[in-house]
Amino acid sequence: MSDRAEYRDSGRAGLVDERQFVDILEERRHSSDLGHALRTFNPHPYQGAAPCSAAELNKAVLEAQYLRYVTKEIAMETGSSVEEVRKEACGILEEMSQNLQLGFIRLMGYTLTKVFKRLFTSIFVNMEGLNMLQQAIQETPVILMPNHRSYVDFLIISYILFTYDIPVPVIAAGIPLAGMKMVGEILRRSGAFFIRRAIGSDKLYWAVLSEYVKAIVRKGYAPMEFYVEGLRSRTLKSLTPKLGMMHMVLEPYFKGEVFDITLVPISISYDRVLEESLLAHELLGVPKPKESTMGLLKASKVLQEDYGTMHVNFGRPLSVRQLCHGKINRCQYNLIPRSKSSLQICTDLWLAHLMVRIQEEGSLISPWSLMACLLLQAPITVLTEEGLLWQQLTEKTLWLRKLALDYGARLNWSAPDSDVMSSAVALHCSIVHRKAGRVYLVQEEELARKRPISLEEGVTRTAAAVLMLASYRNQLLHVFVRPALLATAIHITKSTQRNELFTFFCFLQDLFSYEFIFIPDKLSQDFEEACLLLKKCGAVHISQQEVTLSDMGLEALSFLQALLQPFIDSYQVMFRYLSEEGVNVFTEKQFLPAVRNLATKLILSGELHTYEALSSDTQKNVLSALRRLEAVTKLRASEQNEYKVNKAAVRRTGDILCKF
Amino acid sequence: MLYISTKYQIIRKDFPFYLGKTAHGGLWVQIKNLPGHLPKESPSHVFLQEIMKWNGWGYSDSRFLFNKKGQAEFTGKRYIIIGMIIPGLKDWFECTFGASLQHKTPATPLLNSSAVQPPTLNEAFVEELKSTGIPFSQDAEDRVFRAHGHCLHEIFALREGKFGRVPDMVVWPNCHNDVVKIVELASKHNVCLIPYGGGTSVSSALECPPEETRSIVSLDTSQMNRILWVDEKNLTAHVEAGIVGQDLERLLNESGYCTGHEPDSMEFSSLGGWVATRASGMKKNIYGNIEDLVVHIKMVTPQGVIEKSCQGPRMSTGPDIHHFIMGSEGTLGVVTEVTMKIRPMPEYQKYGSVVFPNFEQGVACLREVARQRCAPASIRLMDNEQFKFGHALKPQVSSIFTSFLDGLKKFYITKFKGFDPNRLCVATLLFEGDREKVLQHEKQVYDIAAKFGGLAAGEDNGQRGYMLTFVIAYLRDLGMDYYVIGESFETSVPWDRVLDICRNVKARIVRECKERGVQFPPLSTCRVTQTYDAGACVYFYFAFNYRGLSDPVHVYEQVEHAAREEILANGGSLSHHHGVGKLRKEWMRETVSNVGMGMLKSVKDYVDPNNIFGNRNLL
Repeated sequence: MSDRAEYRDSGRAGLVDERQFVDILEERRHSSDLGHALRTFNPHPYQGAAPCSAAELNKAVLEAQYLRYVTKEIAMETGSSVEEVRKEACGILEEMSQNLQLGFIRLMGYTLTKVFKRLFTSIFVNMEGLNMLQQAIQETPVILMPNHRSYVDFLIISYILFTYDIPVPVIAAGIPLAGMKMVGEILRRSGAFFIRRAIGSDKLYWAVLSEYVKAIVRKGYAPMEFYVEGLRSRTLKSLTPKLGMMHMVLEPYFKGEVFDITLVPISISYDRVLEESLLAHELLGVPKPKESTMGLLKASKVLQEDYGTMHVNFGRPLSVRQLCHGKINRCQYNLIPRSKSSLQICTDLWLAHLMVRIQEEGSLISPWSLMACLLLQAPITVLTEEGLLWQQLTEKTLWLRKLALDYGARLNWSAPDSDVMSSAVALHCSIVHRKAGRVYLVQEEELARKRPISLEEGVTRTAAAVLMLASYRNQLLHVFVRPALLATAIHITKSTQRNELFTFFCFLQDLFSYEFIFIPDKLSQDFEEACLLLKKCGAVHISQQEVTLSDMGLEALSFLQALLQPFIDSYQVMFRYLSEEGVNVFTEKQFLPAVRNLATKLILSGELHTYEALSSDTQKNVLSALRRLEAVTKLRASEQNEYKVNKAAVRRTGDILCKF
Repeated sequence: MLYISTKYQIIRKDFPFYLGKTAHGGLWVQIKNLPGHLPKESPSHVFLQEIMKWNGWGYSDSRFLFNKKGQAEFTGKRYIIIGMIIPGLKDWFECTFGASLQHKTPATPLLNSSAVQPPTLNEAFVEELKSTGIPFSQDAEDRVFRAHGHCLHEIFALREGKFGRVPDMVVWPNCHNDVVKIVELASKHNVCLIPYGGGTSVSSALECPPEETRSIVSLDTSQMNRILWVDEKNLTAHVEAGIVGQDLERLLNESGYCTGHEPDSMEFSSLGGWVATRASGMKKNIYGNIEDLVVHIKMVTPQGVIEKSCQGPRMSTGPDIHHFIMGSEGTLGVVTEVTMKIRPMPEYQKYGSVVFPNFEQGVACLREVARQRCAPASIRLMDNEQFKFGHALKPQVSSIFTSFLDGLKKFYITKFKGFDPNRLCVATLLFEGDREKVLQHEKQVYDIAAKFGGLAAGEDNGQRGYMLTFVIAYLRDLGMDYYVIGESFETSVPWDRVLDICRNVKARIVRECKERGVQFPPLSTCRVTQTYDAGACVYFYFAFNYRGLSDPVHVYEQVEHAAREEILANGGSLSHHHGVGKLRKEWMRETVSNVGMGMLKSVKDYVDPNNIFGNRNLL
């Protein structure tokens, strides 16, 4: 299908065979937690590495030629003395560096066992992936690349590796975590190193960071773990990867300083995410609480609830050398001294996207995601007032289950059908409840009890529940997005011509490039894949020139199209705002509430049927997409991130989206 | 306590001499029988060919073999190691390659002339050539002998008795004027000429292009082997280009001089070949590489003779025309006479060696030695695998005392000093000059080495290292008797990339072998053989057991190709001194840029528009 197929784990699609997975909590429930924390830890580290302490690592970083060179350069530019700049670099490194200590890993292990046992029924880990990782870690420096959906997963990899005698990683973390009293230090000693947000053009900071990261990779000091998506995804959808870290991590290979680097994509999937409600509110403009130890303690009430199971799926280790074979000419480094600044190799772009795609493919789809998907396609009044027939929901879910399996999804469906669906609804009682054969959306009661709520507040209330549903739907979007784009293209263009459809398909990919993950320059493969999948479910006939509808697959086709409809509607609202109502120059801070107001108005007037337009994530994605399409430009001189809109261009884009 | 008193000997039947120890423990070349000039009436080509292998390296009577007890020994009377038992080789060989003495792959013993294609002759050329009186031959054996260099695939094919396109005839010019006549006739009759010197090429440079339809004539320079004059005032010698290295050194030594140019192939390679490939000698730190040694070159081209009008030591007269000739690899003409710098023979020589805890430290030390510009005549750093290889070649020790001493040394280094036997590596050194200075120099280098954790490890280890150079080519033939094939290749690289290139290329070789179905891990090893101000020359050795492979040579070539790609990707050069030939010419364009290629092409087009020198090397 696509050449991505070669990176896929073979024979894994379909219902997940529980035998591949081991519940690591099982053993913890039967034996001493303390015994686990104090277990003999005897990992096989990278063979090429000479053991080195955190202090030695820092020393090597500060003495690195590259850093010395940048230090001198900055001293020249700023007029300060080299000694001062060096001190500043020392300070940065101190703030940044990890101080991995086995003692703290044990402490962490002990605490996490307690927490995990309380939160989760089971934590499943695929042993095959773990075994391959164990092997890979001995052969080359290894980069662990998990997705990030919850704070809970921050130390889960370390926890698993500790349990299975594999060297524990150092982990790239956001600096806010370091600011937490005690916890920051504990994380640091558990291997976290901290990176500032918005480094911007701070040359010295970049230099220290990249030297630090590269030194860890070069020395094979420990496996390095970082989130290629950069952040925790608020929407549970994959994020467009951040390239800075990826580049730093890969540079030692491109420069030949290591023979190879192994990338291990890791997919962490949850039945239920701890932060679900917090995230939904954040998306609706309620600010995220600052990371603080007090906050953490307060949040402990979430520990009372049940979060089902967690799956940690270690992907097949990928050799950077093999991935880049024939794609990157390493000779481009030949004419630059090793110690001088580095060339940017643009190919890390597709590599980063590829990793996210593999994470997606490795993630497990829960039955609840299927149900959320279908619930979202029901009219909102049905969910809030009449209730959706349970019978109808379960039938549709079983239908979707088949489609998802056909499309290669990995489903976590291990019990009799009715049990699976009932328990999914039970687990998510914060979002839906089942009463008298019908399913209703749960809406926060707190507000309503105190005083009658305004219409706008009502919208926000419903929106919170809808966005929660949407986030669970988002977990399976990657399975359907390609055929859904094609289904939408067929629907909008009404064309049967392959090339016309392809053009529109490309347009949609471009427009939604911040919404869904597509590997750059794989357009035609994606299109082929979409065609094949539509054909597979009997929705279309495909010939050399044409893609024609068949009667058989109308259900699938309309499902796929409905899947994307909220996105299209939301985008249209924002296009409308930008091209008609808004001003020419605006800041992001002005844009978000203004669009939210407009969307609320439209929802109340019945013009807009999706609450997803209220999500700040969607709103920001629209802005990014329009910047990419050059319909919106960022004003360079502006300090407050002002944007200038080309109204005509926005209108044109909107017109294409409902062209016929 | 190796090769006893006489460290090593290179003895040839025709001009026997040996390298022996001086009273001071140094090493120089002594002449046993003064041979005078080559006896012209008995052409030495016939003679040389008779005493050399037709399908392997070096002299016919000199070879390694495993005796009935399974112990390795070396035959013949030419090298000092003859008759010595090398007890460690069998184990090393079997362990390293997973080879077994039970599984033999003997070579075809005799050259089957009928398997050689009949010559395509240009009758008019032959007729006119006859009238000049220059000797020539169309004998199959003569032709096969000059149809190859010493690349693995060339030797492998010969051992199997397979011959591709071979020259249609061989001519032996006796002097510059003979060459002028031959080139004129070749141009007139459109005959393809391939110059042949010592035949030690490892770049497929001597292979006849299979697509060549004209008659191919091998122009063998071996009869042009005289030293025409020695100028003691200016310290130069004017020499015919066909002379081979050991003869040149020996003859100059007779009058107390040397060129100091000692490539590893010096027993067989010729002066003309050195010029045509930009050769490099082991002792270049004192004497320089060929481009530093050459003062004047005379080359015969289809356009006429090219040479400079004077012998000024340096000129600013546009681009140096010598640099069109050096490295031209026989594509432009035949080098006939060369004026070379000579030096008085050194008063004193001393070998040495240093053991380092690991390769990284060793490289750091070499870098520092280069920074201080105090490199001895030769300094080479072997990696751990090669150190073990060298160790396996240690002959049986003659007394309990020496074996006790060896044990003590080993104990001191590994136990007392804590060196890991699987990581330590050794540098070999050769100092040369007057005695005082050598000793002073030696101290300076050992002091630097000490800063990098290096321990002096004695003269013998150093000497064995250099010995290895001369016998390694014979060892390849031994390997080929038992399913093991291999080769070496080289590059030059800036200092900051030396470690990376060594690690990555070795790892690439191992990985490629695995991926191509080689059943046993290959021997993949390297050494740093030369230091420069801005970088180093690195040699890789690579060999594997090919049992179970249907086309071992193809696998070998794929791996070598991948290794070269790895070298280039790591900032290494296409070649330090082996040259490009046909083996590496696919990378020439990216190496010298499009314009660079155009420049070289336009020179070729002017000098040789009809491609008389049609070996198709380089471009």
